[in-house]
Amino acid sequence: MEKTLKKVDIIFEIDKSCSPLAVLDRTLQRPADEIILDLIDSGLKGRGGAGFPTGLKWKFTRNETSDVKYVICNADEGEPGTFKDREILDRVPEKIFVGMTICAYVIGAREGYIYMRGEYNFLLKSLQKKLDDFNAMLTEKGVDFQIYFKSGSGAYVCGEESALFESMEGKRGEPRNKPPYPTVAGYNNKPTVINNVETLVYTTMICHMGPERFKELGTTDSRGSKVFSVSGDTPIPGIYELELGMPLQDFINEFGDGDAKAIQVGGASGHCVPRKKFSDTIIGFEGIPTGGSMMVFNSSRSMYNVLHDYLEFFTEESCGQCTPCRVGCQQLLKGIEAVKKGDKPPAYLNDLKKLTATMKIAAKCGLGQSVGNPFNSIVDNFKEEIIY
Amino acid sequence: MSKYQVNLKINNMPIAVEEGTTILEAARKLNFRIPTLCHHPDLSVAGNCRVCVVEVKGAKLLAASCATPVSEGMEVLTNSEKVRIARKHIVELLLSEHNADCTKCFKNGHCELQEIASEYRIGEHVFLDLVRPESKIQDISSPAIIKDDSKCIRCQRCVRTCEEIQGVAALGVINKGDQQRISTFLNKPLNEVVCTNCGQCINRCPTGALTERNYIEEVWNAIYDPSKFVVVQTAPATRVALGEDLDIDPGARVTGKMVSALKKLGFNKVLDTDFAADLTIMEEGTELLTRLKKALVDKDETVRLPMMTSCSPGWIKFQEHMFSDMLDNLSTCKSPQQMFGAVAKTYYADKINIKAQDMIVVSIMPCTAKKFECERPEMRDSGYQDVDYVLTTRELAMMIKQAGIDFNKLEEEHYDSILGESTGAAVIFGATGGVMEAALRTAYEIVTGREVPFTNLNIQPVRGMEGVKEATIKIKNVKPEWAFLEGVDLNVAIAHGLGNARFLMDKVNRGETNYHFIEIMGCPGGCLGGGGQPIPTSPEIRQKRANAIYSEDEHMTIRKSHENPEITEIYKQFLGQPLSHLSHELLHTHYKPRKRY
Amino acid sequence: MSTTQLMVKDLVKRNGRTRNSLMPVLQGIVQEENFLSEEAMLSVAEELDISVAEVYSTASFYTFLDTVPRGKNIIRVCKTITCHMKGKDEIINALSNALKIKVGETTSDKQFTLLTANCLGWCHKGPVMLINDDIYPDLTVEKALDIIGAYSQKPK
Ligand SMILES: Cc1cc2nc3c(=O)[nH]c(=O)nc-3n(C[C@H](O)[C@H](O)[C@H](O)COP(=O)(O)O)c2cc1C
Ligand code: SF4
Ligand code: SF4
Ligand code: SF4
Ligand code: SF4
Ligand code: FES
Ligand code: FES
Repeated sequence: MEKTLKKVDIIFEIDKSCSPLAVLDRTLQRPADEIILDLIDSGLKGRGGAGFPTGLKWKFTRNETSDVKYVICNADEGEPGTFKDREILDRVPEKIFVGMTICAYVIGAREGYIYMRGEYNFLLKSLQKKLDDFNAMLTEKGVDFQIYFKSGSGAYVCGEESALFESMEGKRGEPRNKPPYPTVAGYNNKPTVINNVETLVYTTMICHMGPERFKELGTTDSRGSKVFSVSGDTPIPGIYELELGMPLQDFINEFGDGDAKAIQVGGASGHCVPRKKFSDTIIGFEGIPTGGSMMVFNSSRSMYNVLHDYLEFFTEESCGQCTPCRVGCQQLLKGIEAVKKGDKPPAYLNDLKKLTATMKIAAKCGLGQSVGNPFNSIVDNFKEEIIY
Repeated sequence: MSKYQVNLKINNMPIAVEEGTTILEAARKLNFRIPTLCHHPDLSVAGNCRVCVVEVKGAKLLAASCATPVSEGMEVLTNSEKVRIARKHIVELLLSEHNADCTKCFKNGHCELQEIASEYRIGEHVFLDLVRPESKIQDISSPAIIKDDSKCIRCQRCVRTCEEIQGVAALGVINKGDQQRISTFLNKPLNEVVCTNCGQCINRCPTGALTERNYIEEVWNAIYDPSKFVVVQTAPATRVALGEDLDIDPGARVTGKMVSALKKLGFNKVLDTDFAADLTIMEEGTELLTRLKKALVDKDETVRLPMMTSCSPGWIKFQEHMFSDMLDNLSTCKSPQQMFGAVAKTYYADKINIKAQDMIVVSIMPCTAKKFECERPEMRDSGYQDVDYVLTTRELAMMIKQAGIDFNKLEEEHYDSILGESTGAAVIFGATGGVMEAALRTAYEIVTGREVPFTNLNIQPVRGMEGVKEATIKIKNVKPEWAFLEGVDLNVAIAHGLGNARFLMDKVNRGETNYHFIEIMGCPGGCLGGGGQPIPTSPEIRQKRANAIYSEDEHMTIRKSHENPEITEIYKQFLGQPLSHLSHELLHTHYKPRKRY
Repeated sequence: MSTTQLMVKDLVKRNGRTRNSLMPVLQGIVQEENFLSEEAMLSVAEELDISVAEVYSTASFYTFLDTVPRGKNIIRVCKTITCHMKGKDEIINALSNALKIKVGETTSDKQFTLLTANCLGWCHKGPVMLINDDIYPDLTVEKALDIIGAYSQKPK
């Protein structure tokens, strides 16, 4: 099912006839199981990167027996090149609150948290006010659920769900062993739904417009639309909500500056697609999944610098606990420097590529597992630039 | 509660194990060994080193076998191509960060990293050397422990030990990413933080990053110095563990061989800390009875109960830091090692006609905190430093090897006399509950004139590896002079490992207890699990050592401290009686509050 | 009791005496004092009754929980790829020259600390910098210098 680029307006849509609160009122009248079925039917997958079916996540958590459960909104947005959650938080926070409240109703939670990166603290003042109003409204309606803000303090890895729980528990943001998964033991070791900001807004909107309309968008594997953060060498950087399933060529026709040589899809931990592969690369879970970041590089850019920046980022932002990632990142970074300087032969890049294969399968969390994505896609497609 | 059985296959061999078992445990049942580094049987699961990865059919990622529970129908491969490549990479990565100068390393030959590296025959180094020059600066501030970051693989075993077992948390992981490492509060030297010198972190460090400060050269120098008279004392728990470092299985009693080896090393006299343990019982038992009398009869409000034992210097420093308002509860008795030192350089020196300044007292201890203890300013009551050098059980094993002694073939020999005679009561000091049992054997008999009412003198309720133990002994038909104790229920408690100690102290602090006497040992299992004992350690190994200690006790002809003839002699000839003026001067001490955080 | 200790007491009172409140307490201290002093960490340990090594261990994980003294205004210039492409080096150089400090340093009057940061989430408007909690996107050298100028005018 080939799609073409199509802009849509769901996330930021302001429907005068039906406010988020009206959606909430209506949805809380429905049986929880029906809401789950709708979400499953809609095909909505998590927008935070891992792409887990949201309906199933809620269902698993609902099925756990526990007096205490939590809903957490992941607003840590630290992936380089990603800034859409900030915009959502700023423009349509009620839709997030409503999504969380519906989730709480479905799974049986009384507390919800929004873990927002410290870099976005400037949003807090106005958001806190809106949240206070929302909480008061819930109390008034007799809904036994309250939402609180938690701030990060500058650690990318805290966007990883289990690291985020650790951080909320006052600890270092070191990812945990899995299993157990958050649906069983998350924050405070209680069953927890953790969803990305955008995911939660889509749940609100699916409750609003029904799964059918959502399903009309996208492809079998990638239902619906998604918010993209577009940056780099583009005349029109910014935030765009696009239907999933388009070929990258369509995207670049719209957003490129005419000279694009590569697009980094999915942020630093994503894949770099060179110009020659634009037309057969699909944006979606069947092609290249993405948290929504699109960084465009034109022919004036050194892909060595790009890779170097990414590796420096991971070297600094790795939590440092597991060997493949802590040491692996340093080896990759120092390794390309050595090749560039001629201290190591070009063939050393093959040793490093093998190392990324180990990191991919042996690192403890998604951070270390995905460093190989940018490394291999850049080294494979721009080898000359890395060596000389 | 019986658990469900889970069926799985490991390397194509079927096995059924209880739900919740890890892949690692299941593999061990089938005798497949999977290498591990961050895993330790005493600690929570970390899953950070990743050397234990295995392949699970159908899964995209390798699983850390130490951290992954089995599931129904799982098919595991512990040595597939993927696994081997990954494991080798991981070891190479660890080595690239590692200052691998094994020949200069104290852990050479006892190092888990070295073992894995040699198993995988990591020859040519593929990756770049990442060792930071500044990491090679060792922390040598503590008299007991040396910390060398350039040898650290960040397995966090030390951090978990210090927090989970010891409840101290002097060590922590700091920074993130490539800057991550193990350190203290604001990177202060170990002697400026709340570290108790217990050495439990050393026992669980897989590499040479944490080791004891060793005094082997100093002791050799003393032995070779003709102007010095070098006496050595051996702590109770050393004799049931030394063999482990000399190719003997855990749980062997090697007392006679150890004595023989020490004589061959050239010590002038080989004496026994156990003698001083008996002395401790006389002093401490009397102190307890005196405190009870003051509290119960004289209604003296300044007397603090429960009284707490003071033999374990790790525990003492812990108490000075964490519960400094309870220092008056501590018995004023010095530890047996220090009683020995003080008596050796006075009474004993006189007896054998050696000037105290020419005498060197060396201790063989299961403990690293004793290295700190012997340097405390309070421990110079003979007019000199009472104990000059403390060697761990491990250091002694090294000296024996250096001297080319074939330990296994040694004849058993006896301790020299005097200060070499001891009792079963002294030997059990090495196990948790042992001091309590020894004290009860003596105190009960003093008060009632009869032996403790337990079969074969074995006071079972105070034995065993439970973290906190409690017991009550009813005192009946007392001698006239102890009439105030008639019918009294003597309540005692025992804790081992500082985490358990903290738990018990909090309870006492909250006023939830009515104990009269508490025994605390700083290390898990008591001294037999001390920070200076052979590595590795595990619950099983400690149990074997405990069994050996109790069997040593049963094999002694004298099993009560007050019946040790050398003890009778020293009181007759020198000290007078327990708690005499001279006793106070030589055998008792005081404590100082330290900062809690 | 010192002002720091009083502040910590108050923060703990507001956030709760549990480990879970460690982050908000530390964040609160940094708001007030720009960094976590030895005294501050010690009082946190005391108030929450956890080891001070654990306080330090946690704090040192987070870039924004500084444990070395910082100036009143902490400038963090994004150094990640898009901002790199759009000229973060020029911004850093200009600020560094204007303030006469290198990255990582604090001016002698303790007014400014110059740091770099990883992606701040404004890549479409790079280069960007954060000063304390405030964000400044679409920077040019002139703009950056003006902004710093405005901060130095502000009453101390
Ligand atoms: C290193 C790392 C960073 C992550 N950062 C974020 C993030 O900033 N925001 C987010 O929503 N998910 C992030 N994730 C994914 C989360 O772990 C988790 O999958 C997600 O929050 C689940 O929500 P979703 O199902 O709605 O996508 C990150 C994952 C990793 C491994
Ligand atoms: S992969 Fe990296 S970030 Fe994840 S647990 Fe390992 S070291 Fe930490
Ligand atoms: S720690 Fe182990 S591997 Fe490292 S130098 Fe010492 S013996 Fe060798
Ligand atoms: S010696 Fe004991 S108290 Fe000190 S760091 Fe090691 S485990 Fe902690
Ligand atoms: S010091 Fe030893 S136990 Fe601690 S992390 Fe390093 S290697 Fe592991
Ligand atoms: S032993 Fe399993 S991860 Fe370290
Ligand atoms: S790269 Fe600078 S804000 Fe994202």
